[in-house]
Amino acid sequence: MRMFSWRSFRMWQRNRDVFLRLWHSEAPGTIVEPLIILVAMGLGLGAYVTLTDNQDYIEFIVPGIVCSYAMFSVFGECTYGTFFRMEERKTFDAIIATPLNVEDVIAGEIFWGATRSLMTGSVILVVALAFQQVDSWWTLLVPFLSFYHGVMFASIAVFFTSVAPSFYTFNHVFTLFVTPMFFLSGVFFPLSDFPQVVQNLSWIAPLTPVVHLTRALFEGEFHLIHLVVAGYILLVTIVFFALALFIMRRRLTV
Amino acid sequence: MAIIVTSNLSKKFKDLLAVDNVSLEVEEGECFGLLGPNGAGKTSLIRMITAVSPPLSGSIEVAGMDLASHPRQVKAILGIVPQIDNLDEDLTVLQNLTTFARYFGIPKTVAHTRGCELLQLFHLEEKSSGRIKELSGGMRRLLLIARGLVNQPRIAILDEPTVGLDPQTRHLVWQQLTELKEQGVTRLLCTQNMEEAAVLCDRVAVMHRGRILSLDSPQVLITRHVGETVLEVAVTSANRAKVVRELSTHGIDFLDVGNTVKVLGVNREQLPATLLGTAEELRLRPATLEDVFFRLTGKTLEEDEEE
Ligand SMILES: Nc1ncnc2c1ncn2[C@@H]1O[C@H](COP(=O)(O)OP(=O)(O)OP(=O)(O)O)[C@@H](O)[C@H]1O
Ligand SMILES: [Mg+2]
Repeated sequence: MRMFSWRSFRMWQRNRDVFLRLWHSEAPGTIVEPLIILVAMGLGLGAYVTLTDNQDYIEFIVPGIVCSYAMFSVFGECTYGTFFRMEERKTFDAIIATPLNVEDVIAGEIFWGATRSLMTGSVILVVALAFQQVDSWWTLLVPFLSFYHGVMFASIAVFFTSVAPSFYTFNHVFTLFVTPMFFLSGVFFPLSDFPQVVQNLSWIAPLTPVVHLTRALFEGEFHLIHLVVAGYILLVTIVFFALALFIMRRRLTV
Repeated sequence: MAIIVTSNLSKKFKDLLAVDNVSLEVEEGECFGLLGPNGAGKTSLIRMITAVSPPLSGSIEVAGMDLASHPRQVKAILGIVPQIDNLDEDLTVLQNLTTFARYFGIPKTVAHTRGCELLQLFHLEEKSSGRIKELSGGMRRLLLIARGLVNQPRIAILDEPTVGLDPQTRHLVWQQLTELKEQGVTRLLCTQNMEEAAVLCDRVAVMHRGRILSLDSPQVLITRHVGETVLEVAVTSANRAKVVRELSTHGIDFLDVGNTVKVLGVNREQLPATLLGTAEELRLRPATLEDVFFRLTGKTLEEDEEE
């Protein structure tokens, strides 16, 4: 596999420029849905939920909502968005004829996806803080964590894109992978309530460790397990990052 | 000195050998033309030279650098106008140029100045802040050419750059390409426009089924394969077979292109009298590259089947 270079920043800049021109048409969408979930689930459903340590239900779900919606924005950008630029617009074909290589273009896409994660994570964090008090200064690190897991989700998303024959593939990616993760990764209820099989599966799905880490930042409590899950995220990132670059080179240089 | 050297270059798509063992040298500063029918392998060859398509076998050297080991350095000195329009529709017209310049590491202010100059050169300055969607087909083409020049390339590689341009605009492009010659820029030009090849190219290669059939200056190609003049005989479906038969029995060289028969190497007086009676219309004209094209690539169906 060939390495990417600092030139991937050029691809990142290109995506940023486009985003800055269009952001106002996308931004409301990013906020409205998590806001509705917070109100409906957190305040509505939360009124019927009693947690063991007297925690408000909304406080329980906020960390998961922050990182899940960061993940959704990455998957939107790096599946439909990347595929559109690649297949419909032929944007990548134009760029790989400049000093940027395929690896630079794809790494740029992934880092841009992670940047979207950072932005979405930060915005929802601010919105969520309207519903709850900050217990820990560690919460300020949530945007950085959003970027960290953003690289992982972007790598996974671009990997799916690299093998996708058409847009329809992504419907399956969302219904079979992204949405189940949202419901089964400990966002809305503790994993310990699930049967053991589901728990094990859930721990492999990369959103679970992310929810755990985010929750730790909100609560300001850390254990060895958090170091382990941070390492797991890194591992998944490296694997899918490499796969994405490798398969994309084969796809784009025919 | 040769600035592009390909050695035994081949490219395969599944079972199809699109480029078959091509070895050619493009001299620095010249305009090198690639002619050939649809599917001849011109674009496939060009895409390998521009490092976006890996060859099956063979090697490419550009400006003394091995392409396989120095793709970035090579791409930095190339200006590429692709056959398939891939302008960035998410950006404005000017942004297309400045963003592209940024891929080459050109500083922002320089990129802006150069972008504006190029837009002016190609009469697009009024569209500068417009969207790509707002451009006409020809304007898109012009912007694509302008984009290929934004890094002031040492070698410009243009794959059918003037398709869909009106005559005036085409001449504007030709003029710009000629000006590049004065700046010492090498040009590799792929075209279906025979006049374009004759006007611009110092040397022309005729490609067919992945192979280079003939390579020389347009004039030499014409004299070698066709001769000085061509006598065009307009035929109808009714008398075509008869005309062709007449010519064959008299051993006269000709090209059968459907509604005309191009008779080579003879003038009107040398035509058999029987034929003069049959033919509707006769016209003697100087031979062109188009005749060379027909001669080299225009095999009839029967000949194809014999192979
Ligand atoms: N990506 C591809 N996958 C499979 N086959 C391809 C691909 N690109 C080109 N080919 C095939 O390779 C052959 C050469 O195509 P190429 O595009 O090089 O022709 P060309 O000389 O540029 O033709 P044109 O004048 O129509 O542009 C054709 O038979 C084409 O079908
Ligand atoms: Mg072509």
